[in-house]
Amino acid sequence: MKPDLRGLAVPAALMVLAEAGMRLNQVQSDALARPTEVAGALWQAVRDGSVWLSSGQTLWAALAGLALGGGLGLLLGLWLGLSRRAAQASTLSVELLRPVPSVALIPLSMLVFGFGSGMEIAVVAFTCFWPMLILTQAAVRQVEPRLLEVAQMLGFPPLARVTKIVLPAALPRIFMAFRLSVGIALVVGVTVEIAANPQGLGYALMNAQQSLRPDLMFALVLWIGLMGWGLSAGLLALQHRWFRHSLPGGTGGQS
Amino acid sequence: MTAALARDTGQRLALVQEAPDTPLIVFDNVALDFGARRVINRLSFTMRRGEFVCVIGPSGCGKTTLLRLLTGLVRPTAGEVRRNGQPVTGPAQDVAIVFQDYAKALLPWRTVAGNVSLALEAAKVPKAERAGRIRALLDKVGLAAHADKYPGQLSGGMQQRLQIARCLAQEPAVLLMDEPFGALDAMTRQTLQDEMLQLVEAAGTSVLFITHDLEEAIYLGDTVLALRPSPAEQSSLAQTFAVHLDRPRNQLTTREASEFLRLRRAAFDYIKETH
Repeated sequence: MKPDLRGLAVPAALMVLAEAGMRLNQVQSDALARPTEVAGALWQAVRDGSVWLSSGQTLWAALAGLALGGGLGLLLGLWLGLSRRAAQASTLSVELLRPVPSVALIPLSMLVFGFGSGMEIAVVAFTCFWPMLILTQAAVRQVEPRLLEVAQMLGFPPLARVTKIVLPAALPRIFMAFRLSVGIALVVGVTVEIAANPQGLGYALMNAQQSLRPDLMFALVLWIGLMGWGLSAGLLALQHRWFRHSLPGGTGGQS
Repeated sequence: MTAALARDTGQRLALVQEAPDTPLIVFDNVALDFGARRVINRLSFTMRRGEFVCVIGPSGCGKTTLLRLLTGLVRPTAGEVRRNGQPVTGPAQDVAIVFQDYAKALLPWRTVAGNVSLALEAAKVPKAERAGRIRALLDKVGLAAHADKYPGQLSGGMQQRLQIARCLAQEPAVLLMDEPFGALDAMTRQTLQDEMLQLVEAAGTSVLFITHDLEEAIYLGDTVLALRPSPAEQSSLAQTFAVHLDRPRNQLTTREASEFLRLRRAAFDYIKETH
């Protein structure tokens, strides 16, 4: 689907208005920056490599945490989805641990891991574990029962039923859970960096704030937004390609 | 055909063929409860090899349940369901079922060929053989040109044909069909009725066909079983109609035959009685 470029009209107009307004009123501020200044700061950061370094650090920690926590959540979710007894036994633990706000674990993580990627990965992993666990479990439980009957009628043993029917049927929803978790991983990673970890984009953001450079601050916010959007768009494109036929109603739109 | 060993007077073993008209399927005084509700009561009938039996009745009379009793996915509360003389305990390789909701019974992530392949994989057919058999089956149901399409890209009639192809891949002795054409338009329904009759006749398959359409039941079947809902103390089987119409059936001439019209009238009377 080609994006409707007319949608850019309003943001572009707002930019122009902001630029004009700030120039005309001779605004000098520690908290605001003109759009042109923001663009300039971003360009500068790109040129001198600082934004790439920070992005690399954030992405590394976020994706590693996602792989660890999300991966564990996926495996456990598959098990809980397939085994009713395991699901019943685990419900209490899941419901007690899940609501713990992940950012509240930052101090604990810092005690255990100290500064650096480790503590960030730990917090991201904890945060990504839950959506993958719960959504994978739901995806497995919600496999079309008629398909399971077909598998029974054809005489497939339980393992074949899982590999040929349950897993392929649950995969589209599991992928959507993965897309969600990628977004979460990025947000939590940057948050940990803002709060405690002296590396990555969040830390660069704090630096910009403390050195009273609003142009760089907005530039970094914009950059983080672009990164998130890029990741999301890339994953959505993958989803459309891989699961075009598996999702009900075709591509399922922008879910 | 099953064979039975028998000793003659000289104490020698001799192979004796069982009588050729031993029923393939026997429902022996079958009852089924869902919780406190008795859905099927005192149901007894037999099905011969190669016979085409249609089951009609209003919603909730247990037509689908009857089918499921034959699959072994449901066990009777009382009585016995026997196939080839043995009680039915679970799904068998040579019993295939065609569901009404064909979209839900097909694998959306596999192509048309892949869906048919599923049955061959279950039967552990060697990989090298599969392609040829899939092609032959798709030819039979007229989907050869669509082998690489996905179920989501097919029309309703084509999806149902695909399901039938997959069932035929099991080379079933018994084909169970649960209102398979109910969700299709009238023209597709007629086409598929005739195609299906050809296929089962060529293979000698026994068919149990559920439908709510009286005329379809008479057109297709050798025997029509009419069930009654909420049987209470009576038998679930309200009436049995034997259909003595020529084969092969023809959409125009068979439906105008006097026997067809007589059966149709009798079936209508039964419907009035049970509604």
